[in-house]
Amino acid sequence: MKYVDEFRDGALARKLAAAIRAEVAPDRRYAFMEFCGGHTHAISRYGVTDLLPPNVRMIHGPGCPVCVLPIGRIDMAIRLGLESGATIVSYGDCLRVPASGGLSLLKAKARGADIRMIYSAADALALAQKLPSRQVVFFAIGFETTTPPTALVIRQAQALGLGNFSVLCNHVLTPSAIISILESPDVRELGTVPLDGFIGPAHVSTVIGSRPYAFFAEEYRKPVVIAGFEPLDVMQAVRMLVRQVNQRRAEVENEFTRAVTEDGNLKAQALVAEVFELRRSFEWRGLGHVPYSALKIRRAFADFDAEVRFGLDYVAVADNKACECGAILRGVRKPTDCRIFGTVCTPENPMGSCMVSSEGACAAHYNFGRFRDVPVVAA
Amino acid sequence: MCLAIPARVIELTGGDGARVDFGGVRREISLALVDDVSVGDYVIVHVGYALSRLDAEEAERTLALFAEAGIDVVGTGADGAVP
Ligand code: SF4
Repeated sequence: MKYVDEFRDGALARKLAAAIRAEVAPDRRYAFMEFCGGHTHAISRYGVTDLLPPNVRMIHGPGCPVCVLPIGRIDMAIRLGLESGATIVSYGDCLRVPASGGLSLLKAKARGADIRMIYSAADALALAQKLPSRQVVFFAIGFETTTPPTALVIRQAQALGLGNFSVLCNHVLTPSAIISILESPDVRELGTVPLDGFIGPAHVSTVIGSRPYAFFAEEYRKPVVIAGFEPLDVMQAVRMLVRQVNQRRAEVENEFTRAVTEDGNLKAQALVAEVFELRRSFEWRGLGHVPYSALKIRRAFADFDAEVRFGLDYVAVADNKACECGAILRGVRKPTDCRIFGTVCTPENPMGSCMVSSEGACAAHYNFGRFRDVPVVAA
Repeated sequence: MCLAIPARVIELTGGDGARVDFGGVRREISLALVDDVSVGDYVIVHVGYALSRLDAEEAERTLALFAEAGIDVVGTGADGAVP
């Protein structure tokens, strides 16, 4: 398949691996964070870690949208579904995230709430048109990639004068999360998370462009290489990062030029700016309250804001004590550091959000990497 | 959450709609967020919406950079000689 097969070529992967081996300084350690869950998935699925030299370490970042959603936000949707009888629609993975009281949206459905899965924001709007006697609430999550479609349907709902459609908005911003990581004590003071550079997200960057990352390169002296989702893209990005570190450069480079420009998608950006504004603060799983890191619906569209329409309040809830998702999202821990990884907590029965989506660090490691670290014992 | 593979536009279905092909799987998507997409173009689709168009020339250029990797290895060599 075009744009896929040639970026997964095994022989080329080995050549790139050799090139990386030849370029790393043997006496130095390199630690790079892949911010995006899509890269976490690709790295695990194609065994990219195994192709890298031992002194190059990849750290998973907080770029899986389902993973960073705190329990309190899912509780809001569950309460709304159970108490007000509204129909709650969301993307599939959201429905399985464990929330308070042993519930998830799916389990709330078993208790009688009307919860439905959708593939796209357009499905949510279409459902509201089909069910005029019901309140349909779209539980919207995601980074800059999923925000423009949400903006579009809010605008369409306004144009149609739909009185039974609203959005519970949980959209978050990539640059704020990167700043939060760079400002965290783990990176700045404790040095528990060594960070020599970032692999910039693929799809998010198609929307925001490469320019927003310039700040990290300049202000924090960290190189950023935006990469596509195929294994060769990731390897090439690692090679470019190694080179920047060796040459003591901290620049924004773009490996994914076939889809990402400097400006990004201006049409999508304009739409998002029209419908959304910054939230003063938003709580992330693992990162805590991060200032100006999320979006809320502007006043002009308040009729379509579920938080306004139903008077919803956010109540923060602590994570499951056994779950290490918070530390994993900050890059401090690995999935295997969690005591219940793969035993109590599995993709079929997730205890934490990182085990839900295939982009989550725990699920990716469970599905593709979990046997690698298991020592082989002779019978 | 996302099918992170490019899709080929096979038909414009009116309005902002299009039918695309993900290596055999066909789906209806929306082109509302992108301009000037025609049949035959490859687009990046996320939750049912095309976010950007793939640039064939840039893709070739990136592949050429990968291919250079082999040459580089020979150039730098194990003895650390700079090309
Ligand atoms: S294995 Fe499960 S419980 Fe442990 S950190 Fe991962 S998601 Fe949380």
